[in-house]
Amino acid sequence: MMALDVNGTTRQVDADPDTPLLYVLRNDLALNGAKFGCGLGQCGACTVMVDGNAVFSCVTPISLLEGRRITTVEGLGTAENPSPLQQAFIDEQAAQCGYCIAGMIMRAQALLERNARPSDAEIRRQMQPNLCRCGTHMRILRAVRRAADAMGSASAAPAGGEARL
Amino acid sequence: MWKRLLLGLIVLVLAAGIGFFALAWRSAYDPIDPPGRTAFDDAAIARGAALAGIGDCAVCHTAAGGEAYAGGLPIPTPFGTIYSTNITPDPETGIGRWSEAAFRRSMREGVARDGSHLYPAFPYPHFTKATDEDIRAIYAFLMTREPVRAEAPANQLPFPLNFRPLMAGWNLLFLDEGPFRPDPNQSEAWNRGAYLAEGLGHCGSCHTPVNALGAERKDRRYAGGVAEGWHAPALDASSPAPMPWTEEALANYLRGWDPHHGLAAGPMAPVVETMKDAPAADIAAIATYVASLSGGRTASRRSADQVVAFAEERAFGPVPQVDRPKISAVQAEGLQDGERLFVGACATCHHEGGALPYTRPVELSFSSSVTGPDPRNLVRIVLDGIHPPEGQPGPIMPGFAGALTDQQLEALLIYVRRHFGNAPAWRELGATIRDIRGSDAS
Repeated sequence: MMALDVNGTTRQVDADPDTPLLYVLRNDLALNGAKFGCGLGQCGACTVMVDGNAVFSCVTPISLLEGRRITTVEGLGTAENPSPLQQAFIDEQAAQCGYCIAGMIMRAQALLERNARPSDAEIRRQMQPNLCRCGTHMRILRAVRRAADAMGSASAAPAGGEARL
Repeated sequence: MWKRLLLGLIVLVLAAGIGFFALAWRSAYDPIDPPGRTAFDDAAIARGAALAGIGDCAVCHTAAGGEAYAGGLPIPTPFGTIYSTNITPDPETGIGRWSEAAFRRSMREGVARDGSHLYPAFPYPHFTKATDEDIRAIYAFLMTREPVRAEAPANQLPFPLNFRPLMAGWNLLFLDEGPFRPDPNQSEAWNRGAYLAEGLGHCGSCHTPVNALGAERKDRRYAGGVAEGWHAPALDASSPAPMPWTEEALANYLRGWDPHHGLAAGPMAPVVETMKDAPAADIAAIATYVASLSGGRTASRRSADQVVAFAEERAFGPVPQVDRPKISAVQAEGLQDGERLFVGACATCHHEGGALPYTRPVELSFSSSVTGPDPRNLVRIVLDGIHPPEGQPGPIMPGFAGALTDQQLEALLIYVRRHFGNAPAWRELGATIRDIRGSDAS
C-alpha cells in the first residue's frame, strides 16, 4: 500500500510502484478527468499537477510521488462551482470533443499559480506540449488569457494559487 | 635625481600609452548608402545563404521570438553577458551603412565599421580564415535581408572588460589572422571540410576548451568544451561516444539523425537546423574532416562490435517481457532506486522494440550524454526533454522536471550511468543537478 496526496486528501493505493499515476487515478481512484492519449508523454491529455508543476501522469510512476501534492482537474472545482480557470474555458467554449481539455486546464493552472500575469508568449510557451486534435487552440489560449485577467485582477495581492482547492 | 626618475616614469607611461593606442586604434570606414537588392547577383546571394547557414549566423544573431539576424540574443560568457548585434541592413541599428571592406575587416580582425573592437564572442578568430569570395557572398546575403530596426541591449561586462580597445591586446595574444592554409597531403574533401569547420563553421568555439582569457587552447584542440551550460563533447580521440564517429555517422548527424548517435540536442540543435540548406557536398566534407580529428577512435577504445554487443546485453526487452522477476525483487523500501524509476518513467520508450511515432530512441548505451565525462547534458535532457525545431516533425522526449525531485533524478542517473554507460559514477552529479535546477539549498 502506498499513500498518495490527491487533491488535498490522503488516498491509500494498492498498486505496483511502477504503475503510472494516470492508471491509478482512473482505475483505482475513479478520477477520470485526466485522459489516456498516447501513453508516451507526447500529447498532454494526461497532464496533472505535482507540487504545482504540470507533469504527464502517463509516464510518471507513483513511486515518485510519495509525500508529494497531486492535483487533478477534479481538485479545481465542480460542475456547480467551477474554478476561475474552468469558468474561463466554459465562457470561451474552448472544448470541442473535450478530450484534451482536462490536461490543458491543468497545464494552464500550473502556469497561473506560478505567474498570475503571464504574457501571451508565456502562455503559448507553457501550453506548447499539449495537443488538441479538434483545433481549438485559439479558444484555449483565449480561455487562459481570460482566466489570467480575471484571477489577476481578483487576487492582486496573493497572486494565483487560491483556485486550487 | 627624483625629478629625473619622475620624468623617466612619465615618458615611459606616455610611450606605453602611445604604443597601446597605436596597437588598438583602427580607423573608421566611411558609411555608405545601403546598396539596393540590384547591387548583388543572385548566385552570390544564394551562396551566401548556404555559407551563413554553415556559419550559424542566425543562431546567435536572432533573439528568442525575434526577427532573423536582428540580434539581441543574450550570450552568457564567464566574463558577463554580451548581446548579439543586428546584422540586417538597417542603416541606423544594423549594418546597412557597412561597406564590403568594413564587413570584411569585421570578419578578419573583429573590428566594427566605426573602428571599435568587437568581442571574440563573435568568432572572428575563426571567420578570419574565410576567403574574400565567401565573405563577399555572405555580405551579399546579409545586405539583401529585410532591414529590421532593432537596437541590441548594452552588454553587461564589468570594468575593465567593457573597455573595447583592450581587445587589441587579446588579438595580439590569440588572433591568428589570415586565410586558411590547405594541407597538400590531404584530400580535396578533407581540405574543404577543414576550411569550413575551422573557419565559418567555428566548431572549435564550443568543442575546444578555453583558457582563463576565453581563448581556445591550441594545445587541446577539440578536447571538449562548454556551450551555454552544456558540455560540448570532445571531437578528438578522447571522444566519449561509445560508437566511433565515422564520416557517414557525422554526415547523418549533421543532417538530423544517426541511428548510433541520435540527434543534436542543446545548443547543437540550432546549429544543425541552420545547416540544413548547406550543400550536401559541404556537409560531407565537414564530416570527413571532423571524423579525421578522432581518427575513428574513442576514449572507450571498444570496437563498434563490442559496443553493439554491450548495448544489446543492456537493452530493456520488449515491455511485456521486461526482466520482471529481477525488477519485482526490488522491495517497496527501494522506491528511490534508480532502476525502479527507470522502469516506471523511462522504459515505456527506452526499451527494445517500442513503437514510437517517429523513430526509436537511440540505445542509451550509444549515447555520449550517458558515457561522457560531464553529467550536465543528461541532466538537462531528462529535465527538459527533446523537442524538434518549431513547426517541424522530429523525435520528442517529454521533460521530467515536474515529476522528479533532485534526489530521484540523481538516483535515476546513477543507475543509467552504471547500467547503460558502463562508466564510473559521476562525482559531481548531485551538485550538477542542484546547480542546473537552481535548487541549491544554501
